[in-house]
Amino acid sequence: MRHRPKIIGRLIRSLFSGRGLWSALRPWRAIARLGAAGAVAAAVLALPCFAAVPARVVSLNVCTDQLAMLIAAPGQLVAVSHLAREPQSSAMAAEATAFSVTSGAAEDVFRLKPDLVLAGAYTTPVTVRLLEQLGVRVERFASATSIDAIASDLRRMGRVLGREATAEALAGAVSARLERLAAAIAGSPPVRAIFLDANSYTAGAGTLMDSLMAAAGLRNIAADLRLTDTARLPLERLVLGKPQVLLVPVRYGQPSQGEAVLDHPAVHGLIGHPPAVAVNGAAAVCATPATVATAEHLAAVGRAYAKGQGMTDE
Amino acid sequence: MSEPVPYPLLLAILATVVAILFAASLLTGVSGIGVVDGISALFYPAPGQDAVALVMREIRLPRAILGLATGLSLGLAGAVLQGYLRNPLAEPGLIGVSGAASFGAVLAFYTGLAGWVPLALPAMALAGALIAVLLVFAIAGPKGGSLRVILAGIAVSSLAGALVSLTLNLSPNPFAAYEIMFWLLGSLADRSMDHVAIAAPFMVAGWGLLALTARSLDALTLGEDAAASLGVHLGRVRLLTVVGTALAVGAATAVAGAIGFVGLVVPHLLRPLVGAQPSKLLPASALGGAALLLAADLTVRLAAPDRDLKLGVITALIGAPFFVWLVLSDRRAAE
Repeated sequence: MRHRPKIIGRLIRSLFSGRGLWSALRPWRAIARLGAAGAVAAAVLALPCFAAVPARVVSLNVCTDQLAMLIAAPGQLVAVSHLAREPQSSAMAAEATAFSVTSGAAEDVFRLKPDLVLAGAYTTPVTVRLLEQLGVRVERFASATSIDAIASDLRRMGRVLGREATAEALAGAVSARLERLAAAIAGSPPVRAIFLDANSYTAGAGTLMDSLMAAAGLRNIAADLRLTDTARLPLERLVLGKPQVLLVPVRYGQPSQGEAVLDHPAVHGLIGHPPAVAVNGAAAVCATPATVATAEHLAAVGRAYAKGQGMTDE
Repeated sequence: MSEPVPYPLLLAILATVVAILFAASLLTGVSGIGVVDGISALFYPAPGQDAVALVMREIRLPRAILGLATGLSLGLAGAVLQGYLRNPLAEPGLIGVSGAASFGAVLAFYTGLAGWVPLALPAMALAGALIAVLLVFAIAGPKGGSLRVILAGIAVSSLAGALVSLTLNLSPNPFAAYEIMFWLLGSLADRSMDHVAIAAPFMVAGWGLLALTARSLDALTLGEDAAASLGVHLGRVRLLTVVGTALAVGAATAVAGAIGFVGLVVPHLLRPLVGAQPSKLLPASALGGAALLLAADLTVRLAAPDRDLKLGVITALIGAPFFVWLVLSDRRAAE
């Protein structure tokens, strides 16, 4: 599964390595040469210079958007992706309104004259490849599958943006919070929990949500059911799994069949009526400090449940 | 006319098949609940069987009931439409009734109206179905020529399909666009007793109206003029057919999406067995429709339990080759 994008990327690269595309790009090169900003044009055409601190950064991925917003110097981050302003996908939707938004199309991005583009591992590979061929430096961040990625991604973003000190402070704070959380849940009995997403999807082993639940002292029933990655959770399995805490997504305003499953009588009638905690999907999409906050919240819910049930804490 | 199987025996066989498939539907699911365990939990849950009882009563039972009722509606409506229009291709799916009902349901559901007004979902689906039947009947004219019925049906069903897609693509909820498949191909996954409660009364009323057409349809096989001279009130038959189809198919579509081919295939398969008499075909076709839909839903669950295959995919896999065969045999008869 994880090798597929690499293979696809290689295929696309081999397809695009021919002269056809390069000559097709000639108008672009001409435009770039004629550009008033000679310095930018030179930077675009020259070999990427990795040591330099980037001055105009564009982010195309909702996760790199948030990392960059946290770390970039004022004015360094030129534009973020449109998802950055969506509260369902981005934990920093409010902060994102201060930045302009790019559609993510190659010509839109190129018009911003970036000297660094931040992309996710799955960000439209054709667009990213095209930008690289135009000479733009691209840094790809793999999607996080563990809560440990928060600190490491922050530090890497710090190096990429030349803002190591800021990144180190944030990463240190995250690590300290996770250590306090681990100490707080140590010795508590695990509370059985499961995430029921729209369309009956759940987060199995190997997902950021699974890692987040573990950090909060919750035992993921989906992983016990040998579900891996994002997988379908038939309602029957949910009922028979007898969760003690149910995690559900924050809803969109408009109705959908996919979310209607959360109102199914079998979910409302779950044995023991487990508390349903609304988790903002944004916290489980990207590994950011917001993910830690969610883990802290879930740990509190789990401890309250254990206390209420008389499950011994000490 | 000769009947290869005595009519009461045929109905008994069909009813038995439906009963077996209904039981199989109750006993099939991803979690391997035993037969005895499942049945006892359904009727008299023992202490400690709460979870199994919940699965049987709130997840599997509504699915089985809706499979039965939806199939019955489509099979019956198909038989009545074919009898009334004297057209072998008249079918709720093909003439756009299911598609238009889907559009009505989509409007009610995604605008949030269904959340405010509990009966808005079946009512809007019903209205969509009603408009489609009236449109097709109006375009086809009183004689209901084969070609015109089908052309009108194609126009209505493609328009309805386009409107469903458009509405869902414009919804601000990102999940909505992925639900085009549900509304155009149908599914019984994750249906609940709430869905049974909103759809069943309309479906039952529709079955009643459609059943009342039986005698008149027999007379109509002789042609409209002959039927009128036999005392058949053509306006009444038309009204019963239109409203009955709208009620049955509209309500079924509101909760299960548009499922094609059931109303086409089943009457054709059973017609030779009942001696081509519409009044005898109606009960047989209703039972046959229920059997086909329950079987299709079982196939969906057994073939790919984790994939949520749509019912329309299975019915089309059965129906499309049948359709080709129908066209070929029609050609052979003409030559």
